[in-house]
Amino acid sequence: MCQVDEEYNGLENIQEKTPVPTLNKKCVKCKEETAVLIIRVSDAFCRSCFKEYFIHKFRAMLGKNRVIFPQEKVLLAVSGGSASCAMLSQVQEGLSRDAPKKLRFVPGIIYIDEGGACGLSSDERQRSVTQLKKIFTETGFPYFIVCLEQVFSLPTSVLVPRTSDPDRSDASYKEAVDEFIREKQEVTSGVDQLGLDDSACSPEHTLSLHRLFSSIQTLTAKEDMLHTLRQHLILHTARVNGYSKVMMGDSCSRLAVKLLGNMALGRGAALASDTGFSDARYGDVVIVRPMRDYSSKEIVFYSRMFHVPSVFIPSLDTKTPNKASMQRLTESFVTNLQSDFPSTVSTIYRTSEKLHTALPQQSQEPASKCLLCLCAIDTNVDEASAFHATLVSERLSRIKPQESSDGLNAARCCGEGQGCVSTGSCSYNRSLLYEDLKTLLCYSCRLTVKDVEVVNTLPPYITTEAEKRETRSRMKMQISEYLLDDDDDEE
Amino acid sequence: MAAPLALHLEFGGGAELLFDGVKNHHVTLPGQSDPWDMKQLLAWIRGNMLKERPELFIQGDTVRPGILVLINDADWELMGELEYQLQDQDNVVFISTLHGDKCLTQELKGAVGERSPDPRGRQ
Repeated sequence: MCQVDEEYNGLENIQEKTPVPTLNKKCVKCKEETAVLIIRVSDAFCRSCFKEYFIHKFRAMLGKNRVIFPQEKVLLAVSGGSASCAMLSQVQEGLSRDAPKKLRFVPGIIYIDEGGACGLSSDERQRSVTQLKKIFTETGFPYFIVCLEQVFSLPTSVLVPRTSDPDRSDASYKEAVDEFIREKQEVTSGVDQLGLDDSACSPEHTLSLHRLFSSIQTLTAKEDMLHTLRQHLILHTARVNGYSKVMMGDSCSRLAVKLLGNMALGRGAALASDTGFSDARYGDVVIVRPMRDYSSKEIVFYSRMFHVPSVFIPSLDTKTPNKASMQRLTESFVTNLQSDFPSTVSTIYRTSEKLHTALPQQSQEPASKCLLCLCAIDTNVDEASAFHATLVSERLSRIKPQESSDGLNAARCCGEGQGCVSTGSCSYNRSLLYEDLKTLLCYSCRLTVKDVEVVNTLPPYITTEAEKRETRSRMKMQISEYLLDDDDDEE
Repeated sequence: MAAPLALHLEFGGGAELLFDGVKNHHVTLPGQSDPWDMKQLLAWIRGNMLKERPELFIQGDTVRPGILVLINDADWELMGELEYQLQDQDNVVFISTLHGDKCLTQELKGAVGERSPDPRGRQ
C-alpha cells in the first residue's frame, strides 16, 4: 500500500482530488451567495455563513462541555498567534452580545514572553510586546505580560497539585446559570485596565535562562522544557490572581500534531489530559481548549476576512527544518499527509475525543505525581515491563559503571526543617544530578531531563522541590518498618 | 502578446520571513503569449523573489502543505488552485499555518547574518 510507485500516485490523484470547481460556486448553507472558502473537504461557505458557523462553533464547544460557570474568572493564554488571537476575538464577541445569550465569565489575558529562551534581542521582544499590548488594551480586559525569566522566582507550590472544588457537577451548573439569570448581574469587564507589565525581567535571570537552554542538548527537549516552564508560569499567575480556568488556543490541527508527537515522546499515558477539552491535573486551575474543533485553515481565513489582529513572534531556533525535533517532524508528517488525505486531522481529532481521563485517585500526595508535568508517574512498574527492559539495556550499554555517585550520595543533607537523615552535622554542597531526579519523573520528563547537561541550571523551584521529595522518600524508606500501611488501617 | 500583469502579493503567518520580512509586494509580471496561471506565478516567485530556502515555500509544482493561498480573498481551491488564470490587479495572499515556520528567523538570520527585517518595501 505505501509504495513509491508511479501508478499509485496517478491513482491517488484521481481518487482524492475533487474535480476542479467552476468559479461562482454557491454556498452550501444559504445557497444564495457566492462561496469564498472550502471547509473540510467539499463544503463551500460564503462569508456571512462562515462567520456564523465559526461563532456558533465556539459557543457550542463551551456549552457542550459545561465547565465554565457564570462569573468565573478565566485567564486567556494568548501567544500572539492566529489561533489564540481568534479565541480572544471570539470571547470578545461572545461577551458583547445581549443577555441572556451572552457568555458569562470574567476574562483576563496572559502573554508569556519567551524571547529569552528563543534568543531574540530585547528590541525585538519589546516590539512584539508593544504590538500585543495595543491589541490587549483594545479588548479592555485586564492583561498580564510575563517574561519566561520569572520562572526563576516561582515558588515550589506550583509543582504541588491542589484539591479542586468538589461541588462542580452538571446539576450545579444549571443551578448556577439559573441563579445568574435571575439576578441579572452585569459582567463588569474592562473597567480596570490592570495591565500588569513585568518588563523588568532582571538580566541575571535572562542569563540563567540562557544557561538552562544552552545546557539542553536536543531541540526536542528544549521545546518540551519550554512548554513545561510556560505551563507553570501560567498556572502560577492564574493562582495568584484568582483565576480558576485557563483557556488555551490549541486548534484541531495543532492538537492532532500534539497527539502524535506526544506519543512519540513517551507521553501516551497523559494523552487525555494533554489533548482533551479540559485538563484538571493541577487541581484548582483547570485548563480548557475551546478552539480544539477549528482547523488551522478556518482560523486563518476567519482572521484574514474579519481582520483579527495577530502578531507573529518567532519561536525556538533550528538548524534543519524537518528533522530538527520530534515535534517538528510530526508536524511536517501530519501536514503532508493532510494535503493528500484531507481527513487525516479530523480522524486524529475524533480519536482524541474518545480518550477520557480516569477519575483522580483519592491519594493526592505529591509524590505520586511527576515533578514536572504533574501526571501520574508511570515508571513505578514491576520487572516484567517494557520500561524495565529499557532500563536494563541502558545499564548494560554504559561504558563503565558509575560508582562515584554512590559515594557522593552518602554525604548529603536535606533542607532545613525537613529532618536530617544522617546523624551529626551535615554539610550539603553537592550539586544535583540526573540520578536524583529520575525517580520523581514520568517517562517522558525523564527523557527531557536526561538531555539537560547541567541539572543545576533548572530553576530553583524545581530543584528545591525535587530535593524535598527525595529526602522524604528516603526518610520514608528508613522508617518504613514503623509505618502502618493503609491496608492495615482498613481493618 | 498579453500585457504585463500587475499583482499585489502578500505574505503572512511567518512566510514573510522568506522574503526579507516584507509582507506586501507589488510585482509586475512580464507579458507573454499565454495568460499567466498560478503554477507559472509560483515558478516566477521561486526564481525572482525567493532568495533562500525555496523548499520551505514551494514543494514540487505547488506550495508546501500548510501554506494557504487566497486569491482576491477567496480560497484558491474554489478558483481552480494551480489552473487559475491571473488577471490584472489580482491580490494573492500566502499565509503559513505551520508552527515550524517560526523557526525560520533564527535559521535565516544565521544565513543572512543577523540582518533585521527591512521595513522599506523591496522592489
